[in-house]
Amino acid sequence: MQHYNMNLTLKVWRQKNNKVKGHFETFQVKDVSSEMSFLEMFDVLNEQLVAEGKEPIAFDHDCREGICGMCSMYINGRAHGPWHETTTCQLHMREYKDGDTIVVEPWRAQAFPVIKDLVVDRTSFDRIIASGGYVSVNTGNAVDANALPIEKQKADESFAAATCIGCGACVAACPNASAMLFVSAKVSHLALLPQGEPERKTRAVNMIKQMDAEGFGSCTNIGACEAECPKGISLENIARLNREYIGAVFSGSAQG
Amino acid sequence: MNWKNYFSTSIGRKLIVGATGLFLISFLVVHCYVNAMVFWNDGGKHFTEAAAFMGGNVAVRILEIGLFAGLIAHIAQGLMLWSQNSKRRPVRYEVSAGNKTSRWYSRSMGLLGTLILLFLILHLYHFWAPNRYGQAFDAAWREEDLYEKMAVVFSEMWVVIVYILGCISLAWHLMHGFFSGFQTFGLGTHKYKGLIRSVGIAFAIIIPLIFASMPIYMHCVGTCNAH
Amino acid sequence: MALNAKIPAGELASKWEKYKSTCKLVNPANKRQIEIIVVGTGLAGASAAASLGELGYKVKTFCFQDSPRRAHSIAAQGGINAAKNYQNDGDSTYRLFYDTIKGGDYRAREANVHRLAEVSANIIDQCVAQGVPFAREYGGLLSNRSFGGTQVQRTFYAAGQTGQQLLIGAYQALERQVALGTVTQYSRHEMLDLVIIDGKARGIIARNLVTGELERHFGHAVLLCTGGYGNVFYLSTNAMGSNVTAAWKAHRKGAFFGNPCFTQIHPTCIPVSGDHQSKLTLMSESLRNDGRIWVPKKQGDSRKPTDIPEEERDYYLERRYPAFGNLVPRDVASRAAKERCDAGYGVGSSKMAVYLDFASAIERYGKTEANKQGKHDANKATIIALGKDVVKEKYGNLFDMYAKITGENPYEVPMRIYPAVHYTMGGLWVDYELMTTVPNLYALGEANFSDHGANRLGASALMQGLADGYFVIPYTIGNNLADDIRTKAIPTDHPAFVAAEKEVSDRINRLMGIKGKESVESFHKRLGKIMWDKCGMGRNAEGLTQAIQEIRALRKEFWENVRIPGEVGEYNPELDKAGRVADFLELGELMCIDALNRTESCGGHFREESQTEDGEARRDDENFMYVAAWECKSEGQFELHKEDLKYDVVHPSQRSYK
Repeated sequence: MQHYNMNLTLKVWRQKNNKVKGHFETFQVKDVSSEMSFLEMFDVLNEQLVAEGKEPIAFDHDCREGICGMCSMYINGRAHGPWHETTTCQLHMREYKDGDTIVVEPWRAQAFPVIKDLVVDRTSFDRIIASGGYVSVNTGNAVDANALPIEKQKADESFAAATCIGCGACVAACPNASAMLFVSAKVSHLALLPQGEPERKTRAVNMIKQMDAEGFGSCTNIGACEAECPKGISLENIARLNREYIGAVFSGSAQG
Repeated sequence: MNWKNYFSTSIGRKLIVGATGLFLISFLVVHCYVNAMVFWNDGGKHFTEAAAFMGGNVAVRILEIGLFAGLIAHIAQGLMLWSQNSKRRPVRYEVSAGNKTSRWYSRSMGLLGTLILLFLILHLYHFWAPNRYGQAFDAAWREEDLYEKMAVVFSEMWVVIVYILGCISLAWHLMHGFFSGFQTFGLGTHKYKGLIRSVGIAFAIIIPLIFASMPIYMHCVGTCNAH
Repeated sequence: MALNAKIPAGELASKWEKYKSTCKLVNPANKRQIEIIVVGTGLAGASAAASLGELGYKVKTFCFQDSPRRAHSIAAQGGINAAKNYQNDGDSTYRLFYDTIKGGDYRAREANVHRLAEVSANIIDQCVAQGVPFAREYGGLLSNRSFGGTQVQRTFYAAGQTGQQLLIGAYQALERQVALGTVTQYSRHEMLDLVIIDGKARGIIARNLVTGELERHFGHAVLLCTGGYGNVFYLSTNAMGSNVTAAWKAHRKGAFFGNPCFTQIHPTCIPVSGDHQSKLTLMSESLRNDGRIWVPKKQGDSRKPTDIPEEERDYYLERRYPAFGNLVPRDVASRAAKERCDAGYGVGSSKMAVYLDFASAIERYGKTEANKQGKHDANKATIIALGKDVVKEKYGNLFDMYAKITGENPYEVPMRIYPAVHYTMGGLWVDYELMTTVPNLYALGEANFSDHGANRLGASALMQGLADGYFVIPYTIGNNLADDIRTKAIPTDHPAFVAAEKEVSDRINRLMGIKGKESVESFHKRLGKIMWDKCGMGRNAEGLTQAIQEIRALRKEFWENVRIPGEVGEYNPELDKAGRVADFLELGELMCIDALNRTESCGGHFREESQTEDGEARRDDENFMYVAAWECKSEGQFELHKEDLKYDVVHPSQRSYK
C-alpha cells in the first residue's frame, strides 16, 4: 500500500451548546497521512486549534476500534462516512486525496439533541432498552447453560442482531429519523432465543411506545438504516419486529 | 392496551397504511382487469358490459364504500406519518446521502401519493362522479356509456398526458409500496424477500403500463375515427 | 498498618462456600435504606449495580461515557473462561484455579483465585439466562475454544465480540433495574474525589461533564469498577477515555495501590504506523490458535513475506517452546517478539513487527473442508479458497478490522503484529471481600489488583469482572453493611462533602489558570514514551531511576505549562483529559518505584537484571513472594506495605512452557 500525505479543507458544524444555534466553520488541515484514521485526523486538527489558542472541536469517541458505538460523525452526507459497515473511528484517510473538501455534521434528529459541536445526546437509546430490552432474570436464578439447547441457526441470527453497537447511525441515516433498526435489533436478539420468549409481546409493544415517546420518527421501510449500519444489521429485523408487534396486537391478552 | 392504543403507535399507523395499501393493490388488479376490456377492439362492447355490471351491482356499491374508507385511511395515515416524520429532524443536513443509501421513490412516498391523489380527483370527476351522482340524486338517471365517455375525455391531449403522469406516479409509488406493505406485515424475511421484491417490481411496471396504455389507445382510436 | 486479607480459614476448596453460608445478611427492609455508589459501568460495575439493585439496595451508577454500554469491556474479543468441562477434556475447578495461579506467575492469592474458578461456571449460566448469544454447535449446545496458556478448551465465546455480548447482557440487566427504580444512572459524569466521613467511604464528588457542574453524592459504600490504567502509556489497547482518576483519588485518600508495575503487554496487536497514532488495536489472542508467528532467519530481510521460502523462516515460538508453541502465555510471547525485533529480525517499514501467518491454517482447513465435501482430488486453488472461507467464518471480523486499519489483505499476506500495552494486573489493593484499605470502599474487576498475579491469562478478565460483580460483591458487601443499618443517609452539606468539593474545584481552577503553551495531548504522549521505553516490556534499575526523575520533571512542567482551552462550566473534553493526565503523571512515578523495588522478573514484569541464561524470566520467591501495596503519604511520597503470599495447595515452581 502506497502511503501519501494530503491537505484537506474541513467544513465542520460548530455549536456551543443546545441552547444556541450552530453554524459551519471551515478549517485547513495540512500534511494528513493516508495511514491516519479519520479521528486521528481530527486529533491533528484539534492540536492545531489548541496551539492557535482556539477551542478544539468536540466529538464523541472512545474505543477507536469500532465496537463501543460512541463515535458518530455524519461525513459528506454519510453516517460514519463512506466505507461500508465501518464506524467513523475505523474509516482511514486513504479514502481521501489531496485537495478534498469534507463536510462533517453531527447526527441530526429531534431525539438526539446536540450537546456541543459534533456531540449529541443519545440517552434516549438507554431509555428504550430500559423499557423492555432485557430478559427478566435475577442474578443467581440461572439453570445450567447447556440445559437449554438452542438451534445453531437461531443462535447465529440472534447474535447477528445482538451485534448492534447502539451508535445511532440508523437514526442519523433515516430520512424519518426513526430508531426502528435499533429497536428491531434488540427485539430480534431476544425474540429468537427461548430465554426471551416469555416477555416477547410486552417487549415489542413497550419498546415501540418508548421509541415514539422519545420523538423518533416512524419507519417507512426506506432502508437507509441498513445501508449505513456499521454492523450490517439487516432490515429483516424490522420485519421481525413488525411480526412481533402484530403478534402482540392480536394475542388477546390484556397486557399486549 | 386497547385497540386504539395499538394502532396509534408508529407501527400501528404503519399497519393501517400497509393493510389499506395491500387492499388498494388488490383493487388495482380488478380495476385493471375491467379496463383492459377496452382492448377487445369491439367498439367497447365487452367493456361496457363489465362497466355496467360494476356500476349497477349492489354488492359492488357496498364494496366501494370499503374501498373509499380504505383509500381515505391510507391517505390520512400516510400523510400524517409524512408530516410527523418531516418534523423529526428539525435541523436538516447540509449534505444529504441522496441515492447512495436509499432510493428516491422510497423517500418520496408522500409526494408521489399526493400526486396520485390529485390525479385521482380528476379521474373521479371524469368517470365516477357523474354516474354516481345521477344514481343517487337523479330519478331519471341512466348509466352513462363509459366507453363513449372515455373517447371524449381522452380526445384531449393534455388529459392523456396528465393520466400518463398519474400512472408514472403510481408506478413509483408501487415500486416502494408493494414491498413495503409486505415488510410491514413482517414478510420481508430472507426466504421471501427476493420473491416479494421481484414480484413488486413486475407489478409496479405492468399494472401502471396497462393503465397508461388505455388513454393512449382511446386517444388513438378517437383520432383514427375522426380521420 | 498491617494488611489483613481476611481470607477465611479452612480448606481452600471450602472457603467460599463456608463464607457464603456464614456471612452476615441485611434484611430486605434495611436494604431499601442503604445507598450504594457504583463508579464505572463495565462488566464489573454493571453486573454489580444490577445485582445489588435486584437485592433491593438503592444504587447510583456513574460513567464518563454517554451510556453504560460504551464501557471498554465491550472491546474484549476472544472469550471468557469457565470450568464447565463441557468438552470432557479433563477440565475442573481445580485446573482452572491452577492454570490461573501458574499463569499469574505465583503472585496471586490462592483463596481469591479458587473462588474465581468456582463461580466461573455460574457466570456462563447467568449470561446464557440473560440471552447472551454464545457460539453454539450444531447440536444446539455451547461451543468452546482454547486460549493461550492452557491445554483444555474452556473458553466460551461469541465470534470475536465476546466482551460486547457480555457487557450488553449486564447493561440490559442494569437498565432493567433503572426501569424498576432501584438504580439511578448518571452518564457523562466523572468521579473526581472520594468523600470519607469518620474513616469510612461515604460518597463521591462527581463532575457533570456536560454542564461542568460539581455534584455531591452520598453512599453507605462506594464501589470502584473503573477498569485499568494502561493509558498511562499513551498508546495502549484501552479506549481513549480509560483512566485511573477515580482509583487514584481513592489512593490519595488512603486506599493502597497493589502491584502497580504489573502490566500486561499483549503480543498480537497491529503495529504503530506513525506519530499520529492515537491507540493500538488488538487482534484477538484466539488468532494464535491457528496463526503461526515467524520472522525471517536473515536480519533486515526486506523481501515480501510471501517470497521468503519456508526454510528461511524462523517460527521462533515453536522453536523455543515446543510444548506450547504459538500458545504460550502473553508475557512470554510478547518478550519473544521484542527479542527478535531488538536483534534486528523485525519486519515491516518500522522493523518493529513480526508476522502472524494463516497460510498453513488456510491450507489445513481447506483440505478438511474439501474432504467433507467429498472433493478428494481438489487442486490447490480450490483447497485455498475453501480454507479461506473457514478462516473467514472463524475470524472474519478480525481480518476485516486488520484490512481497514492497514489497507492490506490478511488472507493473502501475513499480518504484521507487535506487542502493546493491554491490561493492568495491578490496581487498588483489596481484601478477600474486595474492600480496599479504606473501609466501605470496594474495588472490582480490573480496578483491583487481586486475581491475576503478575500476568493474566487470556479470557480471564471477563471472568473476573463478572465474578466480582455478579457473585462476590452481593455477599461480601452485605457482610459489612449489616453493621451499617443504623447509619442514616448523611446529608451532602456535611463538612466532609463541602471540603472535598472545594478541593476538586480548586484543582480544576488551578488547571484552568495555568494557561501555558503545551497541549494536554502532548504531555500525555511524552509521559507515554517514558513509560514505554523504561517501564515497558523490559525494565532495569538504571532506566527506572531515570524514568522517576523524568516523570517528576514532566509533572512539574505540566503544572506550569499546560494549555486548556474553553471554560469550566461547559462541555470541555480538554479539561477532562487534563485531569486524567495529571493523575497519570502521579501514577507513572509509582509504577516505576514499584518496578524498581521488585528486582525479580515475574509475569509481565521483566527485570533485565533477573533472567536465566537463555533469556527467560527468573523469579525470586525468597524475597518477592508478596503483594506490594503502596500507601500514598503525599504527592510523590509512597510507603511500601507487604502482604505475604502463602501457597498452601500449589507449589510454586519456575514456569515452563517448553
